[in-house]
Amino acid sequence: MAMKDYVRERFFPHIWCPGCGHGIVLNGLLRSIEKMGLNKNDIVMVSGIGCSSRIAGYVDFHTLHALHGRALAFAIGVKMSRPELTLLVPMGDGDALAIGGNHFIHACRRNIDMTAIVMNNRVYGMTGGQYSPLSGFGTLATTAPYSTIDSEFDVVQMAAAAGASFVARTTSYHVQQMASVLEEAILHKGFSVVEVMSPCPTYFGRKNKEGSAVDMMERLKNKTTPIGSKAKQENPSLIERGVFVKKENPEYCTEYQKVIERAMKG
Amino acid sequence: MSGIVKFVQGNEACVEAALYAGMDFFAGYPITPSTEIAELMAVRLPQKGGVFIQMEDEIASICAIIGASLTGRKVMTATSGPGFSLMQEGLGYAVMAEIPCVVVNVQRGGPSTGLPTKVSQGDVNQARWGTHGDHAIIALTASSQQDVFSVTVDAFNFSETYRTPVILLFDEVLAHMRERLEVPEAGEVPLVDRLRTSVPEGVDYHPYLPREDGRLPMSDFGGVHRYNVTGLFHDMWGFPSEDPQVVHELLRHLVDKIENHANEIMRYKEYYVEDAETLLISYGSSARSALHAVVDRRQRGERIGLLELQTLWPFPAMLVREKCKRAQYVIVVEMNMGQVLQSVRMSLERPERVFLANRVDGTLITPLDIRNVLRLIQGKGV
Repeated sequence: MAMKDYVRERFFPHIWCPGCGHGIVLNGLLRSIEKMGLNKNDIVMVSGIGCSSRIAGYVDFHTLHALHGRALAFAIGVKMSRPELTLLVPMGDGDALAIGGNHFIHACRRNIDMTAIVMNNRVYGMTGGQYSPLSGFGTLATTAPYSTIDSEFDVVQMAAAAGASFVARTTSYHVQQMASVLEEAILHKGFSVVEVMSPCPTYFGRKNKEGSAVDMMERLKNKTTPIGSKAKQENPSLIERGVFVKKENPEYCTEYQKVIERAMKG
Repeated sequence: MSGIVKFVQGNEACVEAALYAGMDFFAGYPITPSTEIAELMAVRLPQKGGVFIQMEDEIASICAIIGASLTGRKVMTATSGPGFSLMQEGLGYAVMAEIPCVVVNVQRGGPSTGLPTKVSQGDVNQARWGTHGDHAIIALTASSQQDVFSVTVDAFNFSETYRTPVILLFDEVLAHMRERLEVPEAGEVPLVDRLRTSVPEGVDYHPYLPREDGRLPMSDFGGVHRYNVTGLFHDMWGFPSEDPQVVHELLRHLVDKIENHANEIMRYKEYYVEDAETLLISYGSSARSALHAVVDRRQRGERIGLLELQTLWPFPAMLVREKCKRAQYVIVVEMNMGQVLQSVRMSLERPERVFLANRVDGTLITPLDIRNVLRLIQGKGV
């Protein structure tokens, strides 16, 4: 199936600002799905609220544009009811980790088979540039005019600690890696978390003087490095990209099937 | 009826009824005094291949049942005051996206953590207006385990018929009191199943285009029709729209689909109403004390009756007006500061004849409490 068969063409051009990384996430995601040859009727995309969550409107799957922070809770309802469906849950950083933080860690803990994509642009874009739990100490935002005093989460470490059985990080610059990591995440049986660092030149970039969209892309290239690279040893401030966790743990829907069997035996 | 006889709590009666109605997905979070519902679901649902899941909070619980409902399941969650407050966000989503689901609120004393183990009927107006924005809602209640059973089945039937969340407003006394329940045999009580679209694959399906009778056939997630569901105002395909006409029509539809069927949704009972000069109006476990008081006064020759409401929302204003026609005095018996009283007064001419007999201290209102109010109104002193 061609890429365009996976999108709802009538809604293009999309709403994202010029230079926003989210369209690249859509691109990477669709490439991975195309490569896997998944049937559109078997895919359910559940998103929350925010710039990132608008992605659900553009894909020709079953799409549930849910509540801010609650995408994973809705997705768990769908998945527990129909375990054979492929669940994709794109979320923003504020969406997934501030208002949705509780749902996020518990979805990791349950290891339920779905793919959570955290489109991390370090800002609340839809509401106009407030700081998020991933903005980081010392950044500027409309609600942090004197710079933030909030430290950020490390999504990868948190997801791993909470029990996600697949955890990866990539960026909107590394679109080839993104597609392959997403493919691996979707194929993985268990709860997969993929953090995609995605630039927001309109709000985060402008407030924090990170230059143009191109400059922000370059920054993703220069400030990140593959896991365990020599560059990382030489420069510990680099952010690692790649697959951090991949392990076989009991998957929630499979385990629930065993509960049913135990209950039926009486 | 010729089914199995059980001796059950209200919470158990509710579970029996939900299973009878075909509910096969429950998500919940422990909270007194509703917890037995979740506990029983955890036992019973997997036995029939259904899904029980304990979520991380009540917000997640209602979201999970909405997700499951979209795949075609009959779904339910149960909670009490604080949890019901958390569920208001999801409830509004289910209203807006027109997702059938049943939400049980076993009322306890509030506000806030309030009286976790004590009875109250303080959430009547929260059931109506707890979630933000204009909308209509269905809320049902009952005063006996047999009626808990029947209104719970009604709740599932209404939720499917009108594609709406339905709230069951029970209370702590009812939830934990044990009495006889006769579970009807399968097929004895009519059930409304999910109305699914007959539109074949490849033909444009409109999830939000009502049929002539106002009903909206659904298509299960995972099926052949891929569409969008959102809490935003949306067009007939489910895609966001801010077009004033689309917005206006959707809001009117959400309200009208319920308000225009208020008569079909109306459930009530009446005792000695015909010649009643004094009419009590009550519901839930308060109605048991009200009935006791009425029978007692009848034996003394007083013309007194009871109208027991089972449908609280949409409020049966016409019914109340009709039944109160002859009444010199109307006394609303409830365990709150006058939430149904307010609706009754708004429904009647001469609202000054409507009085409140209430109790808000966490204990069940007694027939004596009601008698004392009666004597005051009748000028006899307490």
